[in-house]
Amino acid sequence: MENETAGVGGRESGVVERRSCSDARLPTPDTRVLALAFLLIATAASAQDIVIRDATILTITHGKIEHGSILVHGGKIAAVGTNAQVTAPAGAQVIDAAGKFVMPGIIDTHSHTAVEGSVNEISLPNTGMVRIRDVLNNEDINVYRQLAGGTTTALVLHGSANPIGGQSQIVKWKWGHPVSEWPIADAPRTIKFALGENPKSSNFRPPPGIPAQYPQTRMGVEEVIRQSFIDAKDYTARWDEYEAKKKRGDNPIPPRRDILMETMVDVLKGKIDVHSHCYRADEIMMLLNVADEQGFKIRELQHVLEGYKVAKEIAAHGVGGGTFIDWWGFKAEAYDAIPYNVALMTNAGVLTSVNSDSDELARRLNQDAAKAMKYGGLSEEEALKLCTLNGAKQLRLDHRLGSIDVGKDADIVIWTGHPFSTYSRVETTLVDGEILFDRQHDLVMRKEMAKEKTDRLKKEADDEAKNKKPGKPGNSDDEAKPEVTDEN
Amino acid sequence: MKTKLFIAAVLVASSAFAQSVIINSPGKKPLVAIRNATIVPVTSAAIPNGTIVFNNGVITAVGANVAIPANATVIDGTGLFVYPGLIDSGSHVGLEEISAVPGTVDTAELGDINPNARAEIAVNPHSNVIPVTRVNGITTVVTEPAGGIISGSSAMIQLAGWTPQEMTLKAPLAMHIHFPRLRNNSFDEVPQDEEAAKEAAKNYTKQIDKLHDTFRDAQAYAKASAARTSHPDIKRNDRDVILEALVPVVEGREPVVMHANLERDIRAALKFADEFKLKVILADAEDVARVIPELKSRNIPVILGPILSLPPREDDPYDLVFTNAKTLNDAGIPFAIQSQDSHNARNLPYNAAACAAFGLPKDVALRSVTITPAQIFGLADKIGSLETGKLANIIVTDGDPLEIVTHVKRLFIGGEEITLDTNQTLLWEKFKARPK
Repeated sequence: MENETAGVGGRESGVVERRSCSDARLPTPDTRVLALAFLLIATAASAQDIVIRDATILTITHGKIEHGSILVHGGKIAAVGTNAQVTAPAGAQVIDAAGKFVMPGIIDTHSHTAVEGSVNEISLPNTGMVRIRDVLNNEDINVYRQLAGGTTTALVLHGSANPIGGQSQIVKWKWGHPVSEWPIADAPRTIKFALGENPKSSNFRPPPGIPAQYPQTRMGVEEVIRQSFIDAKDYTARWDEYEAKKKRGDNPIPPRRDILMETMVDVLKGKIDVHSHCYRADEIMMLLNVADEQGFKIRELQHVLEGYKVAKEIAAHGVGGGTFIDWWGFKAEAYDAIPYNVALMTNAGVLTSVNSDSDELARRLNQDAAKAMKYGGLSEEEALKLCTLNGAKQLRLDHRLGSIDVGKDADIVIWTGHPFSTYSRVETTLVDGEILFDRQHDLVMRKEMAKEKTDRLKKEADDEAKNKKPGKPGNSDDEAKPEVTDEN
Repeated sequence: MKTKLFIAAVLVASSAFAQSVIINSPGKKPLVAIRNATIVPVTSAAIPNGTIVFNNGVITAVGANVAIPANATVIDGTGLFVYPGLIDSGSHVGLEEISAVPGTVDTAELGDINPNARAEIAVNPHSNVIPVTRVNGITTVVTEPAGGIISGSSAMIQLAGWTPQEMTLKAPLAMHIHFPRLRNNSFDEVPQDEEAAKEAAKNYTKQIDKLHDTFRDAQAYAKASAARTSHPDIKRNDRDVILEALVPVVEGREPVVMHANLERDIRAALKFADEFKLKVILADAEDVARVIPELKSRNIPVILGPILSLPPREDDPYDLVFTNAKTLNDAGIPFAIQSQDSHNARNLPYNAAACAAFGLPKDVALRSVTITPAQIFGLADKIGSLETGKLANIIVTDGDPLEIVTHVKRLFIGGEEITLDTNQTLLWEKFKARPK
């Protein structure tokens, strides 16, 4: 029944609840065609070496190379240097990047892209047991759009409706690949915490008849987090007692397994990194204090719009900050958000990145990085790190991501001009050495897609006309359908 | 330094009330000459080493060989650029302070039909959003209501002044209609099941009918009013402020900014405009490339934006929104660019630049945030370019204002130099000073 699965509103239409967009996007046959096409070119590309020639290379770690070349081999960067220093092996695909700029793939440490359905398992204050990796959707067109903006890696998180939302997932945007290949294998496990107005339900009310959810104050948010770790310690103690009794030769009843508690125990053991949504300075201090008291670490403060007010405390805790440049005033806790936050935190020694929290902004994090030069006067070098290496460090993946260095993953973006110019656009994006976005290819593909669409619509109309038997204008759809299906 | 710290302290106390402590305007319109700068008048070629003179709020001379009056305050523009202040063709600046706090938001009145709502009435001259909008060179914005179907009229406001009246250049500027969209809830364009589709169709028809009824009533009201003017003996009727607000619209004296995004809605909006012979400016219009002949034949200008937004459908080209401006320009249809924002109206220039990244000539991108909006809204005699006789809305920059890395160094609105301080720069100063 190809007709049913292919049509808008068909089999898959029930699963496209979207978070914040006012316009739901239904999977259509065309996107699947596009995905398939990119899978094909990806496979072709991975079979051979690629050499990017004669570009201005923004290495991030060792400055700018004019007239530089990069050799990509086996999905990794095998060589980088001036044109003369890099030789193309026989059979390599050569990309002439004369006049173009090359930088490492952009890293977005706050994404909700490719999450199937709702991002919030809102039913309990702590839902740390649920995992993003179980609900990744590799047909989300926003992934492709982000590749077209140079973004190649993302930390995909739950929402912020409860103090502990669930386990996040670090992925590469491997468009056209099975979703099983998206998570970065050796990436750390991560969990999302949230503070402030969202977990205390300030800006939305439950439907009539549904009671308000705990917590309703920042005091309650703190209590949920603290209590979760106290419970985790009790849980560990119960198992320790059980193991001790078993060792003594007793025959104890094992405690009940609890995957939420196992998660919280792993946070305490440092096996899961905490990334926490936060805005106000007081709640940032609260979290740092609870972490100290309970003995766990915060890896990255997310949004952290008032981070500049307590930057030295954040730096002293060795915690990173992933923030926005522009977003302010959308709620009370964001009223003191300033674009100078990045510069103030950076200058205080906080490892800072810019991230998106948005399918749209995720396509132009280079521009947010550029704004840190404008607002607060970071150098170009510092600003470039905001959307590359610093995010890689926050994700503890800087051994393979975030710069153009030999041995690192070949996640590479080719721009028509400097990525900090608003007049530049992405020409080509590589992930693990495969071309997953190429503008020239896209321009060809969209023509073919348009043709396919026209052809299909025409065929459908023709079939319909054929099935309308003369003299029986009231022919029902039920009668017409089987014939159409047979022909398809 | 001391004053700055003091201002910062005041700010913390005042920010709780969402009121800016930044000086709105100094109240002085001095005689100023900026010389040795690259002057970009927009309506004519750039002038290297040029001079611009303005006095009493108005530009008095622009050119390569301009005599500087003896008593002028002279600004050396060596290495700098002079542009007209940028114009945002659609925003909620001044109407919205904290989006999630209803008490600070005045964009949407209750109900569907509010032609009598007027944006300039609710503009808060002390909004913290106003100084923030200025930092990237925006001197003038269309601020507009957004609720229901007929949302009310917009105003063209200068981002300087102590009262809404001091700020307002023109109001009512245009009537804003958010043309009804066929949908069953705010998240879905396409109804998910038959029942929902029926319900959506019913609601849509109801809204369209309501719009028609209102405009027919307005036509009748206009006719009756005109008749009473010429025949004083006709019996007096009670005034109706709702219909009264639509009289200049149905008489074609006030333009309608028709907000419609998808092809189906744009076509329906055009049909409606034809029926009532409205003077239309099409706005939002992400599907604009599909209705080029229709716009061309009707001479309808377009307000595009925000450009930095996602395409409306999953299978649209990823750059659909970026390329619309080039499509319009190639077809010879005039267009301006809007932020359709409040807090981030300051990113207007980068919305224009995104069009240039995808094929629009850079100078046309600049026009789309300067002279073209002035022309579309009938204010080209006052704003939008650096020409003798126009208001001295002037920015001095260290580069192309459509580039992020450019800094606006000085800003004049109506000849008054306006500070580039904001609550944000004050907070920056304050926390830079926090002891280590």
